[in-house]
Amino acid sequence: MEYMLRMVNINKSFGEVKALRNVNFEVKPGEVVGLLGDNGAGKSTLVKIITGYHKPDPGGDIYWKDQKIGHLSVSEARKLGIETVFQERALADQQTIWRNIFMGRELTKAFGFMDVRKMRNETLDLMNSIMGFTSSAVTPDNAVKTMSGGERQGIAITRALYFNAELIILDEPTMGLSLTETRKVITFVSEITKAGKSCIFIDHNIFHVYPIADRIVVVDRGAIAGQFTKDTVTLDELIDRLYRVAQTGVLDTSSNKAQA
Amino acid sequence: MTLPVQAEKVQNNKETRSPLARFGRKWGLQIGIVAVALVVWLTFVVTAPRTFLSGQIYQAFMQTTPLFAMMALPLTMVVIAGEMDLSFISIMAWGVAIYVLVLGWTGSILLAFIALLLAGLFAGLINGLLVVKIGIPSLVATIGTQFFWAGVVLVISNGTGASLVSAEGTPIYNMMVGRLGVVPAQMIWTVIIAIACWIFLNRTKLGGHVYLIGDNIDSARLMGVNVDARKIMVFAIVGVAAAFTGMAASYEVTYYWPTLGAGYLLQTLASVFLGGTSAFGGVGTIFGTFVASFVIGAINGGIVAAGLTGFWTQLIYGCIVVISVSIQTMLGKRLR
Repeated sequence: MEYMLRMVNINKSFGEVKALRNVNFEVKPGEVVGLLGDNGAGKSTLVKIITGYHKPDPGGDIYWKDQKIGHLSVSEARKLGIETVFQERALADQQTIWRNIFMGRELTKAFGFMDVRKMRNETLDLMNSIMGFTSSAVTPDNAVKTMSGGERQGIAITRALYFNAELIILDEPTMGLSLTETRKVITFVSEITKAGKSCIFIDHNIFHVYPIADRIVVVDRGAIAGQFTKDTVTLDELIDRLYRVAQTGVLDTSSNKAQA
Repeated sequence: MTLPVQAEKVQNNKETRSPLARFGRKWGLQIGIVAVALVVWLTFVVTAPRTFLSGQIYQAFMQTTPLFAMMALPLTMVVIAGEMDLSFISIMAWGVAIYVLVLGWTGSILLAFIALLLAGLFAGLINGLLVVKIGIPSLVATIGTQFFWAGVVLVISNGTGASLVSAEGTPIYNMMVGRLGVVPAQMIWTVIIAIACWIFLNRTKLGGHVYLIGDNIDSARLMGVNVDARKIMVFAIVGVAAAFTGMAASYEVTYYWPTLGAGYLLQTLASVFLGGTSAFGGVGTIFGTFVASFVIGAINGGIVAAGLTGFWTQLIYGCIVVISVSIQTMLGKRLR
């Protein structure tokens, strides 16, 4: 299996507006792909097609682990193992950590009774291993609202990992977070790759994407304007090129187009 | 890479989270309501010792308090889910109206009782469907159904009551309002309903979703919780409970009044909010509502025993609703 996800020649129109034009996009196993682009560039449309929320126009193909997917719905995408972590809407703030980890997928014993003890213990394990909370003052029974933004994002990411997501999509996970908090989120993203999963990291801030991503895909005006593997481009060069994209809509990709 | 994060974490928590603070945070709502109950009780013992040191008044509480506590307990779940139901007072009378009707047709108290529960279920489902499928805010939808069912009852019964003497001494009557020693049956039902609601909310998957929906409906939906079905479920439960309670209240006086529910709205709501359930949803406990309903019940008896007229009760219930919701809201803001 070369690609976890491969999208070939994807188009999407909303009435007269062409949101995506001939997009080819792929994610390898264990890879962190940074999806970079201005607001309205088509990042979220692309992601919503991957999560089954939008249907692409006829003519394009989506492959999951080399299998062609005919029709992708939200629930099918989840079954495949595609999970999205949203910045604001991911957690129920006033509930405990374990309730949030197991939200909608509670472990049950017979007759729909919850296995509360098991969920607490599993959560404690996750907190010690993936989330890195070692203080005894933070227990699975703490309410999520008592935690910082980065820690909350960590809970949402951990939840996706626990339920065997193969591809985790992070939708602007660092929005509104401080530098330290952003660093925590980056730590969690590194856990994703450690676990052998893939990740799409969406942001419009190059400084957040560059340190984490193995490959950076730039979306502009509904098309893939270019992509770089991190070893072929420095941050300064990338910034330079992004200015050019913003002005002209095309990248000078003569030397650095990674997937060509 | 996780090391720096851990170090920071330990530092942050050192001074802010003593075990006592954690205990308070977790059980604060319950401790609060028990403290309120004790203060209210002591006040009455001091102001009217003769009444409040005799057993009789407590037997009276066990007789009357269940007649709204049995509805306040399931209503707590609706409020936790971020919704409101104001129609239960009319559903009480609507259920008993159906009971009287079916009893007249069939002569069977059992069939009439089953019809009563189904009538309550039906009215609850209508509430749920209006809120979920049509999308009317529950406050408005259930004010509408409150008037509607009250109107239906008046039309069915022509505005007149009916004697329920025929049921006296039957198994169903004894089950509902009989006496187990000195304890009225409705008191036992209240305990059963409280335990059932607690287990449902805290130990079952379906009940657990109620908290998630009230807290963050978007995330619950995104995580695959069937939000619509759960909301309809809690409205339906309140409907059945209201009809059941209406029956108990009517049996207690062996007479059916078409205006049966009129006095119960404020006491039921006051029990839910005094019990610490958030008016914004997501937070609340069955234990809190249980204790609070007896505080409300005691206030009713206590005001009269303390020498004030009964006219004071409504004023005080109103204050309790406003003050308890205000405290809740202010505490919530401080934590955010």
